Amino acid sequence: MLKYTEDHEWLRAEGDEIVVGITAHASEQLGDVVFIELPEEGRKVEAGEEIVVIESVKAASDISAPVAGTITAVNTALADAPGSVNDDALTAWFFRIKPADQGAMDGFMDEDAYRALIG
Amino acid sequence: MTDDPRRTPLYDMHVGLGARMVPFAGWEMPVQYPMGVMAEHLHTRAQAGLFDVSHMGQVLVTPRDGNMETAALALERLIPADVRGLAPGRQRYGLFTNDRGGIGDDLMFANRGDHVLLVVNAGCAEGDIAHLRTLDEVDVTPVTDRGLLALQGPLAADVLARLVPEAAAMRFMDSRIYPWDGVDLWISRSGYTGEDGFEISVADTRLQSFAQALLDQPEVAPIGLGARDSLRLEAGMPLYGHDMDADVTPAQAALGWSIPKVRRPGGARAGGFPGADTILPELADGAATIRRGLRPEGRAPIREGVAIFAGAEGGEAIGHVSSGGFGPSVGGPVAMARLPAELPDGATVYAELRGKRVLVAVAPLPFITPSYKR
Repeated sequence: MLKYTEDHEWLRAEGDEIVVGITAHASEQLGDVVFIELPEEGRKVEAGEEIVVIESVKAASDISAPVAGTITAVNTALADAPGSVNDDALTAWFFRIKPADQGAMDGFMDEDAYRALIG
Repeated sequence: MTDDPRRTPLYDMHVGLGARMVPFAGWEMPVQYPMGVMAEHLHTRAQAGLFDVSHMGQVLVTPRDGNMETAALALERLIPADVRGLAPGRQRYGLFTNDRGGIGDDLMFANRGDHVLLVVNAGCAEGDIAHLRTLDEVDVTPVTDRGLLALQGPLAADVLARLVPEAAAMRFMDSRIYPWDGVDLWISRSGYTGEDGFEISVADTRLQSFAQALLDQPEVAPIGLGARDSLRLEAGMPLYGHDMDADVTPAQAALGWSIPKVRRPGGARAGGFPGADTILPELADGAATIRRGLRPEGRAPIREGVAIFAGAEGGEAIGHVSSGGFGPSVGGPVAMARLPAELPDGATVYAELRGKRVLVAVAPLPFITPSYKR
């Protein structure tokens, strides 16, 4: 089951890791994405640390690590085809993170709560 | 003026088309439609795009003595261009200059037989009109009951000819008045995209029906300000308030071409415009910094305000990006900045992006090859 952050990231638990992307709503708001800079694999990050740069035709924005942990994988195909975020935001994952703490997925929004957030 | 943004007569049409509306120069304008900036840009370069540019200022300048030469010579006191030499039915690009040699605005002016039609930037219109009213020999009449459309792209002429057959014979920078469905359209073959196309002034009361008649043509899509910006950026066209302003001279803005020989030393009507003592020597000697194209390596756009450096580390900034973004037709980021004139095309400079310096090549403008019908 997907969880959501207030920064319009979707989170999907897979084993002891979390896969992170941005929501379709976020990709629509960004407009056509033309550049994505991903963090290095193996990097230890803090919750809220800005670790991805997304440039759309309109503006630059960041996405941050939803939880503290270690980046275990990044979607290098995204850097070559950043527009795939606009095509299908749910399959265009950005990175996998291994949380430093147990229960890291707790406290994030479920789909109903996220829908309420974006109206 | 109120603080509420103004709306063009096409506001409801934009909203109905699903546009995202944003404030721009005191107006509420469509930045993009559901097609999106990238597709809108590419559609304009492949077929035809329709832009609402009704926010731009349209102004009539009429000689009080009925003699066009009077109006032309009066305008030449504000604009370093050859207004007198402009034939009826023709349009040119020009600049308002200020006493410091900076640029007050850029504009199009057309000889319409017994008066001159000016089209100026929305954000500068009020000041431009006040500036024009310092001229005693002319009446200055803001056009308040007409909107302005731009139809741009390689199929623009085919499309417009279906509605206005006479338009097909127009050449680049022709200015004509032709009828459509009982109203006069003020048409020029010009634009701000690097493509062939037309700018069409229509009475407010008929603007929406004419716009709809164009949108009903299968080649035409509505295009927002987002794509307008990337189109003009690729075409190497400067945007007032960004690539030039009151503190940037024509030579620095690489717009010396708009000042013809007749207004330069040795010309029949040399000087006689604000800032001539600064502007003319600089055109002769060359400016120290000049507007250049930039092509960043990689895919990351460099946007307005990004500092440019000569080296990979240290040193002072040699300039700042004045316009920049992703160029959909170029397929990569493009930008403009005023940089030291001695840098050759192809020179490597560095843009500081999020604390890192990325390689950028100085590039000739425009980034695409314009396709005007000369």
